[in-house]
Amino acid sequence: MTSYRVAVHVVPRRGILDPQGKAVTEALHSLGFAAVAEVHVGRHLVIQTVAADAAAAEASVRAMCAKLLANPVTEDFEIASVVAA
Amino acid sequence: MKVGIVRFPGSNCEDDAWHAVVDHLGEEAVILWHKDHDLQGSDVVILPGGFSYGDYLRSGAIARFSPIMNEVEAHAQRGGIVVGICNGFQIACEAGLLPGALLRNDRGYRSMPVTIRVEHTDTAFSAAAHAGQCLTMPIAHGDGRFTADDATLDRLEGEGQVIFRYVDAAGHPTDAANPNGTMRNIAGVCNAARNVIGLMPHPERAMEPLHGSTDGLVLFQSLLATARA
Repeated sequence: MTSYRVAVHVVPRRGILDPQGKAVTEALHSLGFAAVAEVHVGRHLVIQTVAADAAAAEASVRAMCAKLLANPVTEDFEIASVVAA
Repeated sequence: MKVGIVRFPGSNCEDDAWHAVVDHLGEEAVILWHKDHDLQGSDVVILPGGFSYGDYLRSGAIARFSPIMNEVEAHAQRGGIVVGICNGFQIACEAGLLPGALLRNDRGYRSMPVTIRVEHTDTAFSAAAHAGQCLTMPIAHGDGRFTADDATLDRLEGEGQVIFRYVDAAGHPTDAANPNGTMRNIAGVCNAARNVIGLMPHPERAMEPLHGSTDGLVLFQSLLATARA
């Protein structure tokens, strides 16, 4: 078994009102970053786990996302990276 | 009637609910520790308000895996009454006992009196009210924006599962009466079997004149009316 560090992004599903993202967008606009179209604020989780290989580590974190880390009604997730650590 | 009120780490309305049941209804209530596996013969389970697990990850997301939730879900599947108030509503949604999700308010934390309209009286937490009755009670939450996809919302409306809606003083569900950006002014819903009810406002904080409103009483009386029916 190898130790892996798996990073996950959990973000509000597109189309669902994201008041936090909207407030940040407006703040950036007021600071002169006029090119910003939109911002979505989510969570970044880093999970240290052990698995037989990188694929197994990713599969395990996907199961964690489905069960607990992301809300299937309102959020999407993506595995950002899987690195032996 | 015996009412079991679950205490999660971070719950803060369980004593108010206990007071409502014991002192206002004159019925039996018991506080259930979230790590126990025993509803102690409760006919009704209340998931109270508060900030279980500090609202970490998402409101209710961790509490829904507390050991006692196995028994609460089995109770609901048997047709037993479950009422989720505020954080309890969030926990019930996370557990899949109720449809939808409760997201961050579109305008931050709100602590204020609101008016809600009783849409349907065929649930154990609305049976003693009359349809269209408007009730005043407080809200106090940051994550109360009920959200579901359009198909789910249409189904909830069609099946009569929207039980409480935020309205103005004239009883209309206007944008101005919507305190948190919730879809279709929804303040409370029930499941398809109608035995699990969740709402964001706090009826247990509107039980006696000292509270500024006694309108919560009729919702608790609904539990008793249902138990005796």
